Amino acid sequence: MPASQNLRKQEARASRRRSIDRWFGRIGFLVTLGTLGVLAILLLNLAASGLTRIDWQFLLSFPSRRPAEAGILSAWVGTILLMMVTASVAVPLGVAAGIYLEEYAPKNKWTDFVEINISNLAGVPSILYGLMALGLFVYQFRFGQSILAGGLALACLVLPIVIVATREALRTIPASIREAAFALGATRWQAVWHHLLPYSTGGIATGVILAMSRAIGESAPLITIGALTFIAFLPPAPILAHAPFISFDWLFSPFTALPIQMFNWVSRPGEEFQSNAAAAGLFLMLITLSMNGAAILLRRHAQRNIKW
Amino acid sequence: MKINYLLLMGTILGLFASIPSHLRAEQVVKIDGSSTVYPITEAVAEEFQKATGTKVTVGMSGTGGGFKKFARGETDVQDASRPIQEEEVKAAKEGGIEYLELPIAYDALTVVVNAKNDWMETIKVSELKKIWEPEAQGKITKWSQIRPEWPDKEIKLYGAGSDSGTFDYFTEAINGRSKASRGDYTASEDDNVLVQGVEGDRYALGYMGFSYYAAHKKRLKALGIEWDAKGKSTVKPSEETVLAGTYNPLSRPLFIYVNVKSLEKPEVKKFVEFYLAQVETLAKEVKYIPLPGDAYGKVKARFEKREKGTAFLHQSDLAVPIGEILNRAPVP
Repeated sequence: MPASQNLRKQEARASRRRSIDRWFGRIGFLVTLGTLGVLAILLLNLAASGLTRIDWQFLLSFPSRRPAEAGILSAWVGTILLMMVTASVAVPLGVAAGIYLEEYAPKNKWTDFVEINISNLAGVPSILYGLMALGLFVYQFRFGQSILAGGLALACLVLPIVIVATREALRTIPASIREAAFALGATRWQAVWHHLLPYSTGGIATGVILAMSRAIGESAPLITIGALTFIAFLPPAPILAHAPFISFDWLFSPFTALPIQMFNWVSRPGEEFQSNAAAAGLFLMLITLSMNGAAILLRRHAQRNIKW
Repeated sequence: MKINYLLLMGTILGLFASIPSHLRAEQVVKIDGSSTVYPITEAVAEEFQKATGTKVTVGMSGTGGGFKKFARGETDVQDASRPIQEEEVKAAKEGGIEYLELPIAYDALTVVVNAKNDWMETIKVSELKKIWEPEAQGKITKWSQIRPEWPDKEIKLYGAGSDSGTFDYFTEAINGRSKASRGDYTASEDDNVLVQGVEGDRYALGYMGFSYYAAHKKRLKALGIEWDAKGKSTVKPSEETVLAGTYNPLSRPLFIYVNVKSLEKPEVKKFVEFYLAQVETLAKEVKYIPLPGDAYGKVKARFEKREKGTAFLHQSDLAVPIGEILNRAPVP
């Protein structure tokens, strides 16, 4: 009999373990549901007061003292231009730094130190990046209170996120891939460029999504470097009708951004400005979602080419 | 290869560096400063840009933050919800900036209670002081402590955050010293938060800019102020009382400061002229209170004569009507 008793004990334990497993699944499901619920409430709340406000007039008008005539043209153009600068600086620099730290750098105290500090940088309050950018980009480099200075400030802010994501993505690639490449006589660079980078695109893209989503909602560093609130003209166009056809003047243009415009409207007296703020918030989320959607598509496309 | 890259980088950097000088030549009127004055300046800027096509930018970095930029010569016009302070005068001198001080409108600090508050219509300045002074912290917590006939309920306080000009002005007017206030109240730089707080609590009391009260008149009750110390009658905040100077000291003048050197640029000169011509109508439209009758004439005269400096140094001006201030000669 002791054998069957033993078996029963085992079964009881197993069923307990299974029930813990089931319960964790349920709790996890509820937590996810709760998080999504909060997001849904937020979106519904914004939509309830802002949705009716979104139309072409709103998207194509400059700010105004009359809430019904006000729009977000200068704000969303500013936000998109900022994101272009931020992405084109933060992504190459961050990915390059990630690759160096993961694939090239010797493992010693110095790189440990750098590593810890990169993680620390990710937790620095954004206003400090604004102060740094004010001293360095606005005054030292004389970029002025421009899109360039704002984009660079945001790039510094999200750089650690991109670096950390790149390193994580590279780490998930099995060592055998590197070893196989080296065995065939590839240099480090060839291994990185032909194998590691393509395989880690998915992880890197996720990091870039996170980074850009953080940057797009920031207003504190932009206000610190001197972003404006009322600006009723657009930066110069990047493409010209005459030679040399491409112009970088827009980089030095004064600007505003969606979060700043929202902040301004939220603090104004009167209901109408509040629904303007909600509408601007909705549009900001729309930009974020479509940016992220594009990145997810890109990631899918990249993963399709992985042959292992 | 390497040298090619370097060359490319150099060219790109060179391109960038060559651009700002060309942009500086563009005509832009640059304004920054107080968020209280912002709605008025925004309205003027909007109309000016429509009328002339000249580009105008308005920032909102606060009176203090704006004066820093103004003293470095980065802005042409500075919005201010209080007169320039001594340190800022010094900073402007060091930066070689001469300025004109032009009062443009009034804001009335309004003491509000919940619409369902049925035990009071007015409050004495001394009672406000009793509620808001630093010594009241933790001690004055019930309505009945202020007047025995008021309810024996906890008083919920809502006021301006310490970064706002409203806070500076209210504390100086009521407690006698700028920034001296109890700290145990719901503080916000955003007056809408205060509106919501007072609106939702029968036992609340708060203070805010007149324009916020004006936008929520149905849901808030503005208290009349009894100037016990001066033996004046009770005054409710309104356009008439502010204009008559009877709502002092809780009405405050708002200013623009103009960089004299910027006036050499025709677009800035035109903008300031436009501002002084339009501000009376536009200030009303955004729920601020214009200066009394002849004051704009005096402001314009000060502008025409380029009377530099401030009329406010070393003096406490809380109860002085605007006409008197304008009669004073500014000191550079």
